[in-house]
Amino acid sequence: MLIRDLEKLDDIEVLTNDNENMDGFIKGVYIGDLLSMVMSKALESQAWLTIQTHLNIIAVASLIEFSIIIIVEGMEVEEGTIAKANEIGIPIFRTNRSAYDMAKILASKGE
Amino acid sequence: MKIYYDLHIHSALSPCSSDDMTPNNIVNMALLKELDIISVTDHNSAGNLEATKNIASNKSILLIPGIEVESREGVHVLCYFKDFCTAKIFGDEIYRSLPNIKCSEIFGNQNIFNQNDEIIDKLDKLLISSSKYTVYEIYNKVNEVGGAMIFAHIFRKSNGILSVLGFLPDKMNIKTLEINSNLVDYENYKENYKIIHNSDAHELVAISEKTNYIELKKLNVESVIEYLRG
Repeated sequence: MLIRDLEKLDDIEVLTNDNENMDGFIKGVYIGDLLSMVMSKALESQAWLTIQTHLNIIAVASLIEFSIIIIVEGMEVEEGTIAKANEIGIPIFRTNRSAYDMAKILASKGE
Repeated sequence: MKIYYDLHIHSALSPCSSDDMTPNNIVNMALLKELDIISVTDHNSAGNLEATKNIASNKSILLIPGIEVESREGVHVLCYFKDFCTAKIFGDEIYRSLPNIKCSEIFGNQNIFNQNDEIIDKLDKLLISSSKYTVYEIYNKVNEVGGAMIFAHIFRKSNGILSVLGFLPDKMNIKTLEINSNLVDYENYKENYKIIHNSDAHELVAISEKTNYIELKKLNVESVIEYLRG
């Protein structure tokens, strides 16, 4: 699905500035909070659902080339993390949903 | 001079620790092992430091005030302080920030002792939870009061920084790492970091033998903190 379509859902907050990657596609989903595991298992263009908000998530997202990071459970995101995401153009969305509920929505959209 | 140490020991306040990890038992076992310095670093609390300090102050062993804090990300960091008062204030702030999960029997006991090893209190909130502070926030807080923060058991799968955050984060001037095993290859880290090996003892027999040492000119708390910081 298009990232733009995800943006239209309720309880989705866009934390990063608009950029060209917002026109990208999501191809599948990865859920995980241990970054070592994420780095070894996740795949390019997936949407990454996590509660981790540390700056290192941007480095991991950049390495894997995630289409988007979706912060679940409404976790607060550090300013430095958002600034770095803006700098390299990785969209970060946030929802109050659990990872499971968010994944169900993404699955219903064909992901 | 060579200072033999074990800077990561859990007292019976940590629920996962055995109930005989009382202040007297810890200090006496460390004396038997002929260690020069020890630190009792319970999870997210400084509750047993006072009793341990009172016992150690009459013995030929130096106690470094410490706490093992779990950051919001789930990373374990060891925080060391120059005095007990600072450690207590910091410990209270961390404890207040823990979620309201009650420590039930399945987790173990969270006993606070006096210097006669009598239980004088029990902490209600489960200590093995994440505090609300990020690793950066903890680092800044410890630095502000002149303490030293280091990453604990960096190679451990649970709560080690490399597992949780993937790699060592930037923006922190951390000079010392705790490595939990000699079986891992940590040559790469030796170039930029001082490496220390602690027991992370949860039972008496696990307290380190007289094998690991640091080189210090003076034996006092400040020198140890300086060593870990610089």
